[in-house]
This record gives sequence, structure tokens and C-alpha cells, in this order.
Amino acid sequence: MDLLIFQAPILMVQASMDGILLGILFALIAYGMALQWGVMNIINIAQGDLVILGGYIAYFMYLYGIHPAWGVIVSPIIMYFVGIGIYKLVINKVVDRDLFISILATFGISILFMQLMNFAFGADVVLANSGYGTTMLFDNSVTLPNSKIFAAIISIIFAIGLVLYMKKSKLGRAIRATAQNARAAKILGVDTEKVYAATFGINAALCGVAGALISITFTIHPYMGLPYTIRSFMIVIVAGLGNLPGVAISGMGLGVFEEFADYILGTEFRIGSVFLLLVLILVYRRFKLAKKREYLK
Amino acid sequence: MKKNNLILYGGLLALGLVAPFIFPAFKVQLSILCVLIVLAITWNIQGGEMGYNSFGNILFYGLGMYLCASVQVGMFFPLAEWTESGGEKTFVHTPVQFFQGIAAGLVVAAVIPAIVAGLIGYSILGLRGHYFAIGTLGLGVAAGEISGGIEIIGAGQGFTTPPFPNVGSLEARGEFFYYCSFVALVLTFIAVKSIYSTRFKLVLNAIRDNEDKAEAMGIQTMKYKIIGWMISAFFCGLAGGIMGGLVGYIDSTDVAFDGREMGVFMVLMAILGGKGTLWGPVIGATIFHIFKEGFWTFFLGWQYVALGVLIVVIVIYFPEGIMGWLREKYPERFGEVIDDVDRKAQVELK
Repeated sequence: MDLLIFQAPILMVQASMDGILLGILFALIAYGMALQWGVMNIINIAQGDLVILGGYIAYFMYLYGIHPAWGVIVSPIIMYFVGIGIYKLVINKVVDRDLFISILATFGISILFMQLMNFAFGADVVLANSGYGTTMLFDNSVTLPNSKIFAAIISIIFAIGLVLYMKKSKLGRAIRATAQNARAAKILGVDTEKVYAATFGINAALCGVAGALISITFTIHPYMGLPYTIRSFMIVIVAGLGNLPGVAISGMGLGVFEEFADYILGTEFRIGSVFLLLVLILVYRRFKLAKKREYLK
Repeated sequence: MKKNNLILYGGLLALGLVAPFIFPAFKVQLSILCVLIVLAITWNIQGGEMGYNSFGNILFYGLGMYLCASVQVGMFFPLAEWTESGGEKTFVHTPVQFFQGIAAGLVVAAVIPAIVAGLIGYSILGLRGHYFAIGTLGLGVAAGEISGGIEIIGAGQGFTTPPFPNVGSLEARGEFFYYCSFVALVLTFIAVKSIYSTRFKLVLNAIRDNEDKAEAMGIQTMKYKIIGWMISAFFCGLAGGIMGGLVGYIDSTDVAFDGREMGVFMVLMAILGGKGTLWGPVIGATIFHIFKEGFWTFFLGWQYVALGVLIVVIVIYFPEGIMGWLREKYPERFGEVIDDVDRKAQVELK
């Protein structure tokens, strides 16, 4: 193999660092997906599009001269209400229906968002320049943009904050109760409808944070949503529902995998390798469970 | 009843045969309609009858498209030079070569996807419910992304299929592809109709209704699932091959593995018409195509917005589809016997 990455092993360090920082962002999105999947039993195909929308909010602040890092505060607030709106309009009608119905309905939302964003913001690849500079490591051979480090730190703060909120607050307890048994929670006086709406709103808000960070560190484009959905889905099925450390670790693992795939296979196969990895993981899980005569549920 | 059916089928067949002469301006649209109906029917085999909702049948469609064009070119000329920029201008198919090529290409385009479905079937069909849906979605997108990086089939710059040779009148191209797609449609319909009248369909329905019970009853569900998917892939690939020739240009993510358009369309058409019925996909595809052309013409630019709204509305308010709605309204027509007492009770309940 005469690939660059094997000739210059320092690139492996570079790829791993990039991958871990990227993976923390993925884990944040996956956390939102695990939340709504666990509570409402809905797989939201529009997850990635919510991320991109959140990114555009930060980008617009940047265009109007506000530092895009403030998007981390503003974007989740706006996205929370967007999420509540989507819930009231569509999701609450598909919550207790066949799973395929909810997948298809959110697929429709995804197409709708994609196109609306395309109209509103144009089909250019954009990024919000944070002006944070870069950090050089190991004799200047590994470069880490400070914005990526900033993004990772902010995501960790939000993730920990949400975990604490889920543990301590009244709404958090209600959400966890609904996730365990929606009927019992209803009997004991939890307004599940409100809980569902709040869950979807919180998920959208998390997407908003992640999107704002992505617009600072990477690029955003109206059609780039679906890979984020697939990534977060993959992270959740690898980690298992309700396994938060697992989400963080598998998120970082996916990030590292992607960076290495980028170096070894070439950038044009990057997204393709993510989707292939999803299929491979599903098939692997399926064969493992088939030995016990079970299947993925 | 039998006689009525004969008149219906004969009438439709005759209409299909003369359609390009009655509506000469709509030949391409009619060909696309035939392809769409084939896609909806094939999706319905495993989506509707078997209960395995796939987002990835676009894989077979795109595969068929690339295979047909590659065989058509590769039989007579070096494929790599053809797909280089401007290569299609250097080599010219003679009419005989063109027709031989497309005939062989369509056979390959149908057979190979079916084999691929058989090979990956054991792994993929072990997934259930939403895992199957997302897994197949991943397959479809991955195929598009990967084929966009392969040089020999044109990579990112696309693949121009062999142009139609100069034979007959100017209208010959449209007529040729219309009859290709119409024959594909008739073949698909006959095949599916004869399958649906056998025990095979009952097995598929048993898998849909309760797979564990079906297995407990001694049905080898995996075998039937794979066969069902292979049948679906066979006709899906065929449709893809024809569509490739019709469009004349293959791009990896915008034409062949176009999950955002065709991949969703086939699901939507089957659901709109009614999952799990023979005529549902046909009706659904026809209505959808008319709507789609209307949207694409009058709301140019907003078509995807309309599509997104349409998906949401259909899924939420109309999940049973047209045939399902008819079935609920006129159960007698579908061979269900309901006596008056029951019907009254039902009405009162509502």
C-alpha cells in the first residue's frame, strides 16, 4: 500500500484527532435521536435536516455580523419551537401508528425541509467563519482548528447538561417515565402529549446546537441532511437505546472511521462508506442475534 | 364476471397498443408512466404483500440502468473509451448493433439485479420492520455514492447511452421505447397476476401478518422472502434498463440511484393506490404521474415542496390508499361477504 497515510503515520494521529472531535458532534445528534426513539418510538428521517436548519440559523447570524458562536444559544431556542411545530402538525398524528408510517412521514418532512432551505438559502456550500485560528501539535505536523475543539467542548457541555436535566427536573422524570411505559405514565397523571411535544422540541434543539457547531467547523448545504440522519441512526443502533456512554464512544468511533475512510478510499467514497457501514453493522447484528433465534427489535 | 374481466383486459391492452398514435405528443410521458407502474407493482410485491417496506429497491433500478447501457456499449466498443468525455461521438452503433445490444442489455439488466437480490437477500431480509427500511435506504444511497466514484461507468460526469439509430421516421425512437416499456408492463402484470393467484401469495401475506407464526406453521419464510425480493428486483431492473435508454443519459445520483425521486415515488405510488392489492399500484401510479406532471409543469421549482407535503398528507390521512378505501366502502365487490346486521352495527358504531 503506497497510500499517503501509511507513508506518513503522523496523518493517522491527525485523522484520529479529527475523527474524535467530529464524532463528539455526531454523538450529540445521535443523543437526540435516541431520546425521541426511546420515548416516542419514532425514527426521524428529518433529523439531519433539522441539523442543517440549525446550521443556517448560525450562518445567518454570521452574515449579519454577529459572531456565529452565539448561534449555539440562539439556534436551539428557535429550533425548539420548530420542533414543537413539526410535532403539532405531523408527528402527533403518527406517534402510535405503524413505524413505517412515521418513517415515511418524516421522510416527507425531510424532502420538504431540504427544498425550502434550498429556496431560502440557495444551493451553495457555506460556512460561518469563527476566526478562532488553529492549534499546532507535534512539531506543527498535526493541525487542529480551534473551532473544532470549541465545538467538541460545547457539545459535551450540552450533553452533560441534558443528562442532568433528565435526571433532576420534573419534565425529565416525566419523559423517562413515558419512555419506560407510556400507558402507566398516563395513568399516573403524566400528560404524555406534552411530554412527546417537549421531547421532540428538545431533540430539535439539540439538532440546532449541533447544526450551529457544524456551520462553524465544517460546511453546510441544504442537501447534506440525510447522511447526518444515517450517522445518528447508526450510532444509536451500535450503542443501544438508553446507553449514553455507548452513544459517545460509538460516535467517536464513527468519526474516526470516517476520517480514515476519507484518507484510504478517497473523499468521493466518504459518504458511501458511511452508508455501507450502516448496512454491514445491521447485517452483523442480525447474524449475531439469529444465533439466539432473535431479531433486531 | 369472467367475461367482464376479459373485456377490461382486452380493452386496456388495445388502448395501450394504440396509445402512441392517439396521443403522439405524450409518447415519452406514456413510456415513463409504464415504467412507473412497473416500479409500483414491483415495490408492492415485497412492500405490500410481504410487509417488508423497502426504501432501497432503487438499487435494482439503478443497477439495471447501468448494466443495460454497459452491455449495449461493451458488446461492440471498449467501455472505458466510450465513457471518457466525448467518447460517444467516436463510436457509432449501426441499427443492428443497437437493437442486438439493447435486447441483450435488457436481459442482463433484469437477471443480474435478481441474482444480486438473491445474494444479499439472506443478510438483508433477516432485518425486520424499520431496520429493514433504514438498511435498504442505506443500500440505495451507498450504491449511488459508490457508483459515482467508479471511472469505467462514467463516475461523476455521467454515462451517455447509445443514441437511437437513424431508422424509420423521426417518431421511431419514441415508439420503440414506448413499446419496450409497454411490453415490460404487460409482462410484469401477467407475471404478478399469475403469482398472486397461487399459494405463494398466501405465504407472502402470512409473512406480512405474522412472520413468527408463519415460521411456526412450517413455512420456510426466508426462502419465500428471498424469492419475493428476487421477483421484485427482476422487473425493477428491467424497468431501469428501459428508463436508461429512454432518458439517454445516466448520472449516478440524479438518474440511476435517485432515491430522492424514483426511490420515494415507487413507495408513494404503491401506498397511494393501496398496498397489497393487484390494481392499487397501477391506479396509484397513474394518478401520481398525472399529479406529478401537473406539479412539475405549473409549480416548477416548488415541485419537491409539493412532493414533501404530498407524502405527509398521503401517509397521515390516506394510508390505506384508493383500493383500501374502496374496499372499506364496497366490501362486496372484493369478495367479502358482510350481512346487513353487521353492516348496520358497523354504521352505528361509527
